[in-house]
Amino acid sequence: MRMLRYLRLAFANISVNKMRSLLTMLGIIIGVAAVLTTLGIAAGAANSITADIEAEGTNLLDVSAANGASTLTLADARILADTTAFPQFAGVAPTYSGSATFVRGATDTDGQVRGVTADYPAVSTVELASGRFLTTDEEMNATRVVVLGADLATDLFDSADPIGQEVRIGGDLFTVVGVLAESGGSAFFSDDTTAYVPLAVAQTRLFNAPRYRGELSVSSISIKVRDGYALESAEQDAEVALRLLHGLGAEDDNDFSIFNQASLLALADRVSTTLSTLLGGIGAISLIVGGIGIMNIMLVTVTERTNEIGLRRALGAHDRDILTQFLAEALVLCLLGGLLGVGLSYSVAVLLTTVPGFEITVTIDLTSVILALGVAAGSAIIFGLYPAMRATRLDPVEALRYE
Amino acid sequence: MNNTNQHSGDAPVIAIDNVTKTYQMGEVAVHALRGVSVDVHAGEYVAIIGASGSGKSTLMNIIGLLDRPTHGSYQICGQEVSQLSKSAQADIRNRKIGFVFQRFNLLPRTSAQAQVELPLFYAGITGSTARRRAIDALTRVGLKTRIDHRPDQLSGGQQQRVAIARALVTQPSLLLADEPTGALDSKTTAEILDLFDELHAQGLTLVVVTHEHTVAARAARVITVSDGAVIGDVRTRGAAKEMHA
Repeated sequence: MRMLRYLRLAFANISVNKMRSLLTMLGIIIGVAAVLTTLGIAAGAANSITADIEAEGTNLLDVSAANGASTLTLADARILADTTAFPQFAGVAPTYSGSATFVRGATDTDGQVRGVTADYPAVSTVELASGRFLTTDEEMNATRVVVLGADLATDLFDSADPIGQEVRIGGDLFTVVGVLAESGGSAFFSDDTTAYVPLAVAQTRLFNAPRYRGELSVSSISIKVRDGYALESAEQDAEVALRLLHGLGAEDDNDFSIFNQASLLALADRVSTTLSTLLGGIGAISLIVGGIGIMNIMLVTVTERTNEIGLRRALGAHDRDILTQFLAEALVLCLLGGLLGVGLSYSVAVLLTTVPGFEITVTIDLTSVILALGVAAGSAIIFGLYPAMRATRLDPVEALRYE
Repeated sequence: MNNTNQHSGDAPVIAIDNVTKTYQMGEVAVHALRGVSVDVHAGEYVAIIGASGSGKSTLMNIIGLLDRPTHGSYQICGQEVSQLSKSAQADIRNRKIGFVFQRFNLLPRTSAQAQVELPLFYAGITGSTARRRAIDALTRVGLKTRIDHRPDQLSGGQQQRVAIARALVTQPSLLLADEPTGALDSKTTAEILDLFDELHAQGLTLVVVTHEHTVAARAARVITVSDGAVIGDVRTRGAAKEMHA
């Protein structure tokens, strides 16, 4: 009840000089808006990166040969694919990748060639726009067929239907059996310039893969972890198996590396947290500057109202009454400014959606709003305290005499 | 002299005993009061008169607990108050003393009723009780029809009446007025002094500090202060009636 009276009094005093109050609050308004907008952009960017990674699947392990080594082979893939020995692996897809030039008539374009097995779509996410994916027969017979990425198909065939047509890859003629759908707006993992051919074709005809212990090497093995198995322990199982298969001793380093999407997700998360902290910190500095602006005006207010303070003293106001009155005024200024800042940040978020080419959805969450208002209130207490203390220290006799 | 700290019906409202006040102005010590002793009993109407620089303002500040004496004793209704804490003095000011100032000291843009409620707020009285008491006090000073008016909608005399209502609302033991008519014309001055007479007749204890003899002449007792000392203490009109046993 008493606090309500102080808040009402604060509102009344603030509304007396609206222009000055607004200018005083400007620092807090801009500070809060800056904090919320930058945090919102950081959160929006993090969300879109996370969505990209999650679209790739978070239960995937990617084993790739260490730089320069060719010890990762088809034999490894065959053993890991044994579901009796490794029930935790739902699918194992060895690939052999390289770059090549694609030629059709007078048109040519560069792209990636990935040699894969027919199981590949079960492990990775490939979406067909037309035709079909590679078959087991084609894999066994090393048939020269190709599934083209969306951009490759457009580059080579323009708007014509590529299915059944032939393209030349590295001098050999391949029949197009399928075209992939565009992999979407993701700039991070574009598959649109990749073509898929049977694994054996890539290893022997196109790229002449080296052999290790009599087996053809592969550039990577993608493993899909079965639902219900922990990704981390599956990763350890794969590592132990591969070390054993490669005959590595206790002191030897891995001659391969395992990469999981979840750790990428965690990395993205860490990056966005760091980014948010940094941006939030910069915003917090502007809030402090805003707080100093409030302190400045509160000092002026205390001086202007010296006579009133003297009167209140004479009428029986205690130190805490005077202190509360001026703290409440600083608090109302800060919170009002904070709320206006929240409104401004939402307006900026809406405005940004209309900016062409700005594709991040600014995500302002309630936690940051509460945090920003909390900081505004905190700075009100900190920066309002000094002027309020000054008010309590005024000598009532002097204060009453003050003109 | 009542030296106990107990409240007592017989104790004077104000008992000032050999109070001195010395200000240190750099190297020089200024003796504003050089041993003043004054008793004011319940129901008295006292004027403290003196030229500027006589020490009457210092005396008023000490009586109003706005300043502390350097030496000496000050009791209000038998309670020694000169050594009380700042906070306890604030409570005494709130409950026992009603202030009226030369420049009214009303809050701007605040209704008469809200002005009068202010001391009650500091006494912890709010809501309908505060409202009722404020309206009662405004009625007592003849402003019943002006309770919603702000200072800029009131004449000087009416503003001073609001200030008097504000001083009366806590039912203090003492009304302490500092040059209450200093900012008023002669007609309004007369009205305010009539109001003081009325309040005095109702039994209120009044101390009016002034430099105007016409104002002082309305009091039943005139204390003259000069050069930091009391040089005259004269009971005039109806003095016998005021005397206590």
